[in-house]
This record gives sequence, C-alpha cells and structure tokens, in this order.
Amino acid sequence: MKKGEIVLGCLAPHPPHLVYAENPPQNEAFSEGGWETLRWGYAKLARKLKTIDYDAIVIFTPHWQTYIGTHFLGLPGFKSKSVDPVFPNLFRYNYDLKVDVELAEAMHEETAKAGIITKMMRNPDFRVDYGTITSCHLLNPDWDKPIVTISSNRNSHYYSNEVMIEQAKALGEACMKAIEKSGKKVVLVSSHSLSHRHFVTEAPLPEDMSREHIYNHSQYVWDMKIIEMFREGKMQEVVDIMPEYTEQTIAETEAGGLIWMMAAMGVPSYPAEIYGYQSVIGTGNCIACWDPNTNTRELVL
Amino acid sequence: MSEDSPILFGLYVPPHPQPLLSPDANKGYSNLRSAFETCRKRIEESDADLILVYSTTWPSVVGHQIQALKESIWTHVDDDFHYLGSMPYNFSIDDEFAHEYCAAAEKRGLHARTVEYEGFPIDTGSVVALSLLNPDNRIPACIVSSNMYSNRSETIVLGKSARDALITQGKKAVIVVVSSLSNRMFTEHIDPVDDRIHSPKDNEWNEKILQFFADGRLEDLSQLSREIHGQIRVQKVVAYKPAWWLAATMGQHNNYEGEVLAYEALHGSGGAVIQLTPSTGSFGDKEFDEDDVEYYQGDRNVLNKGDF
Ligand SMILES: [Fe+2]
Repeated sequence: MKKGEIVLGCLAPHPPHLVYAENPPQNEAFSEGGWETLRWGYAKLARKLKTIDYDAIVIFTPHWQTYIGTHFLGLPGFKSKSVDPVFPNLFRYNYDLKVDVELAEAMHEETAKAGIITKMMRNPDFRVDYGTITSCHLLNPDWDKPIVTISSNRNSHYYSNEVMIEQAKALGEACMKAIEKSGKKVVLVSSHSLSHRHFVTEAPLPEDMSREHIYNHSQYVWDMKIIEMFREGKMQEVVDIMPEYTEQTIAETEAGGLIWMMAAMGVPSYPAEIYGYQSVIGTGNCIACWDPNTNTRELVL
Repeated sequence: MSEDSPILFGLYVPPHPQPLLSPDANKGYSNLRSAFETCRKRIEESDADLILVYSTTWPSVVGHQIQALKESIWTHVDDDFHYLGSMPYNFSIDDEFAHEYCAAAEKRGLHARTVEYEGFPIDTGSVVALSLLNPDNRIPACIVSSNMYSNRSETIVLGKSARDALITQGKKAVIVVVSSLSNRMFTEHIDPVDDRIHSPKDNEWNEKILQFFADGRLEDLSQLSREIHGQIRVQKVVAYKPAWWLAATMGQHNNYEGEVLAYEALHGSGGAVIQLTPSTGSFGDKEFDEDDVEYYQGDRNVLNKGDF
C-alpha cells in the first residue's frame, strides 16, 4: 500500500456568521449577507479543494472541548440540527455528515501509543459542534467527503499554553503516523479565529457591516504579524511565538489547532497561501492554507 | 423565611452528569443523587411558582442569554462524559418570566436577550439539575447563562435583575446555582470507585466554603469570590461568579439557614448539594470591602484617563 499523505492543511475560521451570511438551505436563519472578504476567500479555497484528490477531511475544533483527553468522532454518520449556543439567532443548521471511522480509529490508536489520553466518541445522540460544521461547510459545501473531528483538550486551562503546545505537537505527529499507515490522502483543517476578543453586544442587524471592526488595534497588529510569518513560511517561529501571541490576543489558537496541524505537516518552511482576513464581531479571522505540492502552491493574496 | 423575599430557598448543585447517569458507580455519586432527591421533595412541598437556574456550564458572549422556549425538548450528550449515556429532556419554561427577566436586566444597563429556538443546546449542568430537581415539570423553570467576560458588577446586577423580575411578577421562586466548588478534574479516565477530590488543597478550600455555606454566610462568600477563583478554580473564565449571582438574587447578607446535604468528588472536582433558606439570624464578621452596585455602566475605560 502506498504511504498516506497530507495533501493540504487549512486554517479555516468558524464564525457561524459566515454560514448565516451565505444562506444555505441547511441553515434556518436568514441574512442579507455580510463578511464578504472572508466568504469570497473561502469560496476560492473551496474551488482549490475541488481540484485536489483526497479521501477525507480531518478537523480539529475548539468547540468540542474535552478536559479528559482527546476524543475522536467514532460512528459512520451523524444527522441532527446544530444550534450555536452563543449565536442561536444566526446558526441553526441541519447537518447530515459521514465520518471516516477507520481513519479516526487509526488516529486514536496512534495517539494512545504516543501516551496521550484519548477516547472514541460512539454515542449516536452526540451533536457535532458548530466549529466543525461551519468550517467544513465553507470548505466543502457539497459535503461529499467523510470527515473526522478531533476534540480540543483544554490543556491551556489546566496547565499553560506551553503544555498545550507540547501535547498538540505530540497529537499532530501521532495523527501523521496514522495517516501515513492508512494510505489515504487527507486534508487537515485547523478550525479557529486568530485574535479572539468579541464584542459583547450585537448590532440589531448582525450583518450590518457598518458596525463591524476589530476589537482593538493591538489585536490587529498581532494578527498581521502572525500572517506575515505565514506568508514567509516561518512556521517554526509561529510555533515559538504562540504562547505570547495567544496570551496577548486571547487567540483561539489556545485550543491547539494550529500547532497540531503544523506538527502533523512537519512544520512547513514554505509560504502559506492567504485567502483573506476580516473581523467578525471584533475577532480576527484569517483563511490560509499550506500546500505541500510545489506545482499547485500559489500566491493568492 | 422573611416575609418579603421572593426567594423561598436557594440551592447550589454540581454540573457533572454522574448523579443523573451513573449514581451507582460510586457511593459519593449516590449520596449526591439522594441529596438532589431530598431537594426535589422540598421543592415539591414548597409553594414555588418557578425554578430559576444560573448555570456556569452555559457560557454566553453576547450579553446574558435567558432560555424562553416554552417547551424545550432535545437529547443532550456531554462533551466529555458521552460514554455515560444520553440525557433526553423535556422542560417547561416560564417564558413570561424569561421576558420579564430580560427586560429587568436591560433596565439595569445590561445587554440581555431571550433565546427561543427549537434544538437550542441546553447545557449539561442545567439538564442535570432540572432533570433531578423537577423531573415531571411540576413547576415551570427558567435558565440564565453566565457571560464569559462578565465580572463582579455585571454579575451582581444580573442577580438583582432576577429579583426585580420576581417581584414584578409576584412570583415565589426556588433558585438554583449550577457550579462545582473546586473545578479541577482528573485529566485521565478513572475507575469511578477511585474518585476523590483532585488535591488536598482543593479539598481544604471546599471544606472552608462549605463551612460558610453551613453558617448561612452567603455575602461573606460573595466577598471571598475573587480569592476562591485564584485558589481553586481552573481559569476558564475571568472570575468565580456563582456566589455573586446567588447573593445578589437572594439578598446580600448573611441571614440564611445553611445546610450542606452532600459533598463528594466528581471526577476530581468538588460537587456539593447545598440549601440556603432566608432566615432572621445573622452570622459573620468579614469586612465588606467590595462595593455594591445597582446599575451596570460598562467596563471602566482607564486607558485614556489621567495625566500622561
Ligand atoms: Fe470559535
């Protein structure tokens, strides 16, 4: 069997506002649009994904928060309605998705071998989190590929950002081993915003773009610094600066997604493709991807 | 109970699902379950019109959210303890109270909204509490979220708004705070028979807090909240808020009959079932140095003030 590989790694933020703004038939809420910079960026990345041959999407989500180890979705399908607990006015999405259980189990096994506490989630009533659904919908609106969701273990709350980084690295390396053994072609998705301070009030019309801006300038400057390093392919430096960045911007990187993805991809030293940056209810969001294939890697923005 | 209080009594209960889903896995879980059942009976025997829940496992970002869907029906599964089973629920919500609470919160300067959506994910703590305390929906309920950024003044004002709404509607309520004491869990899966409080330090602090509760010293606990947060709370949110909300809702004093019905470990965290009933005797000698607040006026902006 040919060795499996990671064919693309995507940074895919999941504000439910983006799905809301798209008005897909699965979502009950109706909008007049909004956040085009991100949505158009997502559409371009989704088109690129269509040109890539892959078997499954593996996504790491901050909105399935576990304190006792790292959990993997472990049933072949999940069908239900996801209602965002924070923005229920925007996101009430009927989903019907397929899981690559074989791949999930293989990653679970390698993760356990690496000494990480881990568990398969096999309760059929479990609701898949809105982070998974938002990022996957925007990357692949056809939902024609199976996914694997990995929960985010909240090591940063229990210990520190440094401990979280070490564990996320070990998890990424374990997932990579499992992918190689599986012989599959996999797209990794790290689902989160960058700076993550929200406004605690909402405009009467949430998509009123005259009200949308970054929470403060300091968050913006930090986000730009990180994105500049993405562009320059300085991912080891991003990993090194991550505890400071996360603390300064209350970044959603605290869940460990980006570190997990970078570790699985061998910490790329090539430039990321940037698809857009915009604030959503004050948080900073960047869509980016790391394409290991030099023939298809391009300068997007 | 004092004549004019709209609160019959207050309960402090743990959020974890073991007392609901696996009470027989450990003696402590079944003790907690029995304590929940005692409280259920006491609620049944009271003339409460409403059960109002403040849940620390329902975080909100956009202001304060108040559950208002009259028939809230779904099957909930916990993010960590999914293997213990599903939690189907069917709660009757007092939507009129929910709207009144929202209006009262807005009057006091808070950003608040009701949520009325089929399938809204009611949190584990609220599901456990309402399933065990009010299994047949004998009394309508309401649930309010805990804003992840809010600190003391906002939480105090949120509590006072609940009291305003009860007085406006002339309702008698049992109020329920869903929260652990120490909230550090074991980070690995354990055999339930081996469950214990995560550390002696957590246990000592829990015992100290329980002494205050047993003595009815609610305002003293409210004044100690920041210290408790620093000592025994995993820093997931900015502050330990349950005592603030409870004190502001029930009355900011120490005139309570306190009863600790159970205190046990829940995967390492401190789980207690406690009842506080308004009374006339006073206890406590702490110096109250935290200011009282009636209206929320937003966070103070200190960055553009003073001489540069
Ligand atoms: Fe998020």
